[in-house]
Amino acid sequence: MEHVAALPAQAHVGETSTGLNSRKVLMWAFLGSDCMLFGSLIGTYLVYRGNYPSGPKPSDVFDIPYTSVSAFALLMSSLAMVLALAAIQRGDIRRLKIWLLCVAGLGLVFIGGQVYEFTTFGSEGLNLTTATFGSSFFTLTGFHGTHVTFGIVWLLMLWMLAARGQMTQARSLDVEIAGLYWHFVDIVWIIIFTVVYLIPAI
Amino acid sequence: MSARVPVVEHAEHHPGATEYIRIALVLTVITAAEVAVYYVPSLRPVIMPMLMVLSATKFALVVMFYMHLKFDNRLFSGFFIFGLVCAAFMITAFITLFHLLSAPKAF
Repeated sequence: MEHVAALPAQAHVGETSTGLNSRKVLMWAFLGSDCMLFGSLIGTYLVYRGNYPSGPKPSDVFDIPYTSVSAFALLMSSLAMVLALAAIQRGDIRRLKIWLLCVAGLGLVFIGGQVYEFTTFGSEGLNLTTATFGSSFFTLTGFHGTHVTFGIVWLLMLWMLAARGQMTQARSLDVEIAGLYWHFVDIVWIIIFTVVYLIPAI
Repeated sequence: MSARVPVVEHAEHHPGATEYIRIALVLTVITAAEVAVYYVPSLRPVIMPMLMVLSATKFALVVMFYMHLKFDNRLFSGFFIFGLVCAAFMITAFITLFHLLSAPKAF
């Protein structure tokens, strides 16, 4: 039987000068700063993407259908994430666990795809030191992949807490904050997919 | 000194599962359109603005509905939009400095 506490959502948080939860404010401030990080990485990539004097060019290595499937998996993980949040807000811990596993699973599909892609690119002669195109490409997509990996670990920790009966309706903010982070890595990939994969070959 | 007020944890108007699924369907259609546009040679002259619009639409849908910025406190939007504006400024500055204001060079 699932353990659902009847505590109100405000039970474990204090008062603030804004009336907003300080953890949620912190997460949004972090996401704002992470926008700047990815802005600088995307800007750097755009500057160097045409520089591949000694290696393959983007159109030689990019596999659009394959990357589209990866992008779709990450997009659908965002749907699973909001369904997980809706489940815990209803107090449905069983569905929370199912959706959290779906999100982590789709995240793993994305990361597995990225590892395969990087390996393939390496075998085709494109690596971190081949050219500034390679350096900026691997730095940008690698940073994003690291974010996704961290998100998967976070979600699996939430799943473990839920499995041990420690996630309750009163702790829905924990899932909401993890969800904000997860959706952020999704929107960053929306930009990367367009700017890095679809536009360069034009 | 500012007064301390009780924390309001969650916005009351988050969408339900049906709306989340509808948005996912729209996102799927847009993604399919992006990939389709890429393969249509006749759209090459307008492909860049088309891809930018499609991508921005997906971005906005996720931020507004999945991240609940449409329903949450404006302070959260402020944090996020400030970061986005800084990011856009950096990208513009990089391209201006290294492409528009400098001669081509080998790296």
